[in-house]
Amino acid sequence: MALQSLDIKQRSATTTPSTQVRQTVEIAKLIDVSACIGCKACQVACSEWNDIRDEVGNCHGVYDNPMDLSAKSWTVMRYTEVEQNNKLEWLIRKDGCMHCADPGCLKACPAPGAIIQYANGIVDFHQENCIGCGYCVTGCPFNVPRISKEDSKAYKCSLCSDRVAVNQAPACVKSCPTGAIQFGSKEDMKDYAAKRVADLKERGYDQAGLYDPQGVGGTHVMYVLHHADKPDLYAGLPANPSISPLVSLWKGFAKPLATLALAGVALGSLFHYVTKGPNEVSKEIEDEIEREDALANKEEAK
Amino acid sequence: MTNHWVDIKNADLIFVMGGNPAEAHPCGFKWAIEAKKNRKAKLVVVDPRFNRTASVADYYAPIRPGSDIAFLGGVINYLVSHDKLQHEYVKAYTNAAFLIDEGYGFEDGIFSGYNEEKRNYDKSTWKYQMGEDGFAKVDETLQDPRCVFQLMKAHYARYTPEVVQQVCGTPKDAFLKVCEYIASTAAKDKVMTSLYALGWTEHSVGSQNIRCMAMIQLLLGNMGMAGGGIGALRGHANVQGITDMCAYSQNLPGYLSAPNETDKDRTSYLEKRTPKALRPNQMNFPQNFPKWFTSLCKAWYGNAATPENGFAFDWLPKLGGPGDTLAIFHAMFEGKINGFICQGFNPLSSVPNKKKVGDALARLKWMVVIDPLATDTSEFWKPHGEFNDVKPAEIPTEVFRLPATLFAENSGTFTNSGRVIQWRWKAADGPGDAKDDTEIIAALFLRLKAMYAKDGGAFPDPILNLTWAYTQPAKPSPEELLREINGKALADVVDPKDPTKVLVKAGEQLPSFAMLRDDGSTACGNWIYCGSWSQAGNNTARRDNSDPSGLGQTLNWGFAWPVNRRILYNRASADVAGKPWDAQRTVLKWTGTAWGGNDIPDMRPNAAPEENVMPFIMTPEGVGRLFSRELMAEGPLPEHYEPFESPLDNNPMHPNNPKAKSNPAARVYKGDMEAFGTAKDFPYVATTYRLVEHFHYWTKFSQINAIMQPEQFVELGEELAKEKGIKAGDKVKIRSNRGFIKAVAVVTKRIKTLDVDGKKVHTVGIPIHYGFKGATRPGFITNTLTPFVGDANTQTPEYKAFLVNIEKA
Repeated sequence: MALQSLDIKQRSATTTPSTQVRQTVEIAKLIDVSACIGCKACQVACSEWNDIRDEVGNCHGVYDNPMDLSAKSWTVMRYTEVEQNNKLEWLIRKDGCMHCADPGCLKACPAPGAIIQYANGIVDFHQENCIGCGYCVTGCPFNVPRISKEDSKAYKCSLCSDRVAVNQAPACVKSCPTGAIQFGSKEDMKDYAAKRVADLKERGYDQAGLYDPQGVGGTHVMYVLHHADKPDLYAGLPANPSISPLVSLWKGFAKPLATLALAGVALGSLFHYVTKGPNEVSKEIEDEIEREDALANKEEAK
Repeated sequence: MTNHWVDIKNADLIFVMGGNPAEAHPCGFKWAIEAKKNRKAKLVVVDPRFNRTASVADYYAPIRPGSDIAFLGGVINYLVSHDKLQHEYVKAYTNAAFLIDEGYGFEDGIFSGYNEEKRNYDKSTWKYQMGEDGFAKVDETLQDPRCVFQLMKAHYARYTPEVVQQVCGTPKDAFLKVCEYIASTAAKDKVMTSLYALGWTEHSVGSQNIRCMAMIQLLLGNMGMAGGGIGALRGHANVQGITDMCAYSQNLPGYLSAPNETDKDRTSYLEKRTPKALRPNQMNFPQNFPKWFTSLCKAWYGNAATPENGFAFDWLPKLGGPGDTLAIFHAMFEGKINGFICQGFNPLSSVPNKKKVGDALARLKWMVVIDPLATDTSEFWKPHGEFNDVKPAEIPTEVFRLPATLFAENSGTFTNSGRVIQWRWKAADGPGDAKDDTEIIAALFLRLKAMYAKDGGAFPDPILNLTWAYTQPAKPSPEELLREINGKALADVVDPKDPTKVLVKAGEQLPSFAMLRDDGSTACGNWIYCGSWSQAGNNTARRDNSDPSGLGQTLNWGFAWPVNRRILYNRASADVAGKPWDAQRTVLKWTGTAWGGNDIPDMRPNAAPEENVMPFIMTPEGVGRLFSRELMAEGPLPEHYEPFESPLDNNPMHPNNPKAKSNPAARVYKGDMEAFGTAKDFPYVATTYRLVEHFHYWTKFSQINAIMQPEQFVELGEELAKEKGIKAGDKVKIRSNRGFIKAVAVVTKRIKTLDVDGKKVHTVGIPIHYGFKGATRPGFITNTLTPFVGDANTQTPEYKAFLVNIEKA
C-alpha cells in the first residue's frame, strides 16, 4: 500500500491505462522448501509486522496451527508426511499469496482499485475499496484470499509492499533463520533456485525443480521443490494452476454486460452519494454484483 | 561447544543425535544449512522421531530412546574393526597408548570395584600404570593388552551391528549406513561435527552418552578442527553463562570444584585439586588451580582475605552432601528444608514427578518466587481443576511473589553455546514494580548484613566481610559486576622470570588469567571470564564481525572464554610437527618461532613441536582420554545400561546379571525406586521434548506463541494408534506409575514401531510446554509422568526414556 501510483501496473475494475515511465525491477520471493524447518518464525513475523493476531485455537492432531489462512493469518505452514522412494519425508510448505503475474483475484474483482498489481509484481489488496464480494476467492487458483467475518473485507499477504517500497525485504524473509526464504529480483531468485536445484539433484532428488507456474504467467512467490514433478505432494500445491473458467467468463463474455450494468450503477451511485452518502452505495453495488453473479451463472449453465 | 555456532558451516558431516537443533535451536541451525549449501556437507540424524531436523537431513535412522550407548559403542567397534581411524592423531593426541592398572577389569556389565549396597565404585583400579619416573607408562605400538587401545577394542567388540539392532531397534542396514558416513571423516581432510543437547544429557547414563561421542571424535581426529568438535547446544540464551558462573551445586565460578565438609583447610583443599603432570613436558594447566581459587577469594572478600586467614577459606560454605536439584527436592519432600527462594525457576513444571514436587513444596514454611511471570510453581497450592488437583486448606506454605524484570528489561551479558559472551543492552523498562534480580538480591543481602551487624549471630564473618563495593550498594550495575568478574590487579603483577618487569599495574583490569596469582595480589570473580573487561574496556560489547580467514572466527566480536579462544584444543588441528591436517581449514600452525593462525592458540605460544607439549592442556596427561580413569561414576569406558524404566526384562548386553540392568552407580532414593513402573502395566516407551513454537514454560504466557501451538499434544506412531483405536485429534490419557495427563493425539508416520530384542516397542512422544497458567489452552504438566532419577554424575533427570500407557480419554 505504500507504493505510489507511478508503480501501479493494473487496478481491478479499471480501464485507465497504467503508467509507463518508471523503470521497475520485477521482484520475487523464493521459498526453498528443502531448507525450511517449519519453525513458523515467518508466521510470527507476519503477524507482528502487520499487527494481526489470530485466535488461540486448538490442536487438531497435526503440527499445523493456525490450521488455515485467515483474515488474520496471511501465511501458514503446511506439514505433510509422505513416503517417496521408500523414504519418509516430512514436507513443510509455507502457504500464502503467490503474487501471480496474471492474478485471477484482480481479474475477478469488480470493485475499482480494490486489487492492485504493482510493476514489481506485487499483488496488493486495498481494503478501503473492497466490497467483500468474495470474487477474489473464486478467482484465485491457489485458494488464498480470506474474507474477514469482522469487516467483510478480503485479506491476504501483501508481500510486505510497505517494506519493499522502502527497500526492505518482507518480514517473513527477514525472520527466516535458515535462509529458506530469499528475496530479490525475479531473475536473481531464478539463478539462486538453479543452484539449489543442482544441489538437490546431487543429493538424489532427480525431480527437483523450480515452481513458477506459467498457467498464471509465472508467480512472484516461487518454490524450490524436491519433487517438482509432484507439487501436489506439498499439501495440494496445484500442478497446473490457471484462472477459474468462471473468471474468464466474467472477463470475456459477461464483463461487457457487467460493465454496462456497473456504469448504470455508478450513475445511480453518484446520485445516491449526493443525496444519501456513501454507506448504502456499497450495498447497492453488492446487490448489483449479486445480479451479475446470477447472470454469469446463467451464462455458464448455457 | 568445543567450537562455536558459526563454525558448524566448516563441517563436512553434521551428525545430530541427542538433539533436534532445527526445533530447539533454529537460529544456530542456520549454520548447518550453510554447510549443506556451500560445502556440500551431509546432515545425518539419529533420533527416536523423524523430527524437524530430520526433515532437512540427508539420512535419518531411528533409535529406541535410552539406547544411545549401544549405538555409539557400535560405531566405535565399526571404526576400530574397519580401521577407520586417524592413526597419527590417535597415537599422539589420545591416551590410546597408556597402560592401565592390572587390577582394572570388566565382567558381565560391572567394572572392578563395585559396591552393590552403596551403588558406587571403588575406582582405585581405574588408573594408569605408573613408571618409576613418576609418569604413566605407555606402549606406543598400541599392542600391549593392557593399553587403552586394546582394552577399548575388546570392550566394544561386543557391540556388533546385530547387537545394535537388537538393543536399539535400528535396522542393521541403517546403522551401517550411518557408520559409513561417520567413518568417512577419519580422513585428515574430512571433518564431522556432533550436535547434541538434552537428548543425550537427560538419561541415567547421560554423561556417558557424551563420552562416547568424545571418544569417536578423538578416534576420527576431529577434535580441535574447524568444523569438528562436539557441540553441546544449550537451551536458554544464557544457560552457558549460568553454568560458567556456577549456578550448579558442586562448583564455584569457572568450574572450580567447591569445598566440601571433608576439606578441613585451604592447604589440603588445594592439594587435592591441583594435579601433577602424568607425562613429561605437559602443560597440565589445572596446576594453576590455586591461582584461580585464591583470586576468587580475593574478589569475594577483598582486604579481609589475607594469607593469615587462608584467604577466607573458612568463610566459604562447605557442602555436606549432594546439592543437585533432585537432592534438594528430595530433602524438601522429607521435610528437611523449610524455606525456598525460587528464582527464575519453575520446578513444579520442570522437575520430574510433579506430585512429589508439589508435596515437597507443601512441606515448606515459606517460598519466595522471584520471576517475571506468575509461574505454575507460584500457584502450586491453588486448584486448577484436574490440571492441579490440590486442596489449599492442607497446604500451609506461605508464598511470596517478587516480580522481576525480563532479560530485555535489563542490561548484562548472554553467553551462548559457543562460549561467546555478548553484552546486551536494556530495551525497555520492566512493568509495574518489577525489579532487576540483582536489585532484589542486593536488598536481601543488605538487610541480612544489617541484621548480622546489629544482632551478631553464630557466624557473621562471611556476611559482614563480603566485598560489596558498588556505587549504589542497593543497585549493583551490570557493568560493575562484569568488571568484578573479570578481575583486577590489587598490587603490581610482575613477570615471574623478571621481577623488575611489571605486567599489570595495581588497580588495572586484568587482561587474561595468565596474570592471576595465588599470593593475594589479584582478584578475579571467574577465571575463565578474565579478559572480558580488560583495560581496553568491555570486550563483550565488541561488534566487529570481520572474518579475515573466512572460517567465521570473528575474533573481535564479543569475547569467547577462555582468553577469546574460539575453538578449544585447537593445537590438535595441526600434526605433531605443527602442520595443519587440512590447510584449507587452518586454525593453528607452527610458524617456526610461535603458534599462529586464525585463533588464540590453545597451547603455550612458544612451545615448539619438538618440546612434545600435547594439545589437551587441561588434562595432566596432555592428551584426550579414550579411557577416563576414575573421573566418571559408572566406569572408565561407557557401557550400555537400560533406562530405569525399560520395556525389556533385562539388559540384552547382560541378560543374566540384574545388577547391570540399569546404571549400577545411579543414585535412587527410597520411594522413587518403588515408583518406577514396569512394562507389564506401562508397555510403551515415552520421551519428552521441546517444540520450536515454545520456550520451556515461559512462552505459553505469550499470545503469539500460544497462537502458533495452542494446546498440549502427544505423538504416537500409526501402528500403535491403530492398535489402540486412536485417531489424530482424539483426546488421549497418558499414564505412568506417577500420574496421568490428557492431551490431543497426533498420529504420525514419523515415529516407527521398533523391533527390540525380539519385542515390538512403541514410542510415545510428549512435548513439555504446557501447564495450567498462561495464554495457551490450560493443560497438564508433562513432568507429572517422569521418573525421579538422574545421571550418576550430574544427576540430570531421566526425562527422555520412561514407561507409559495410553488410551482414549
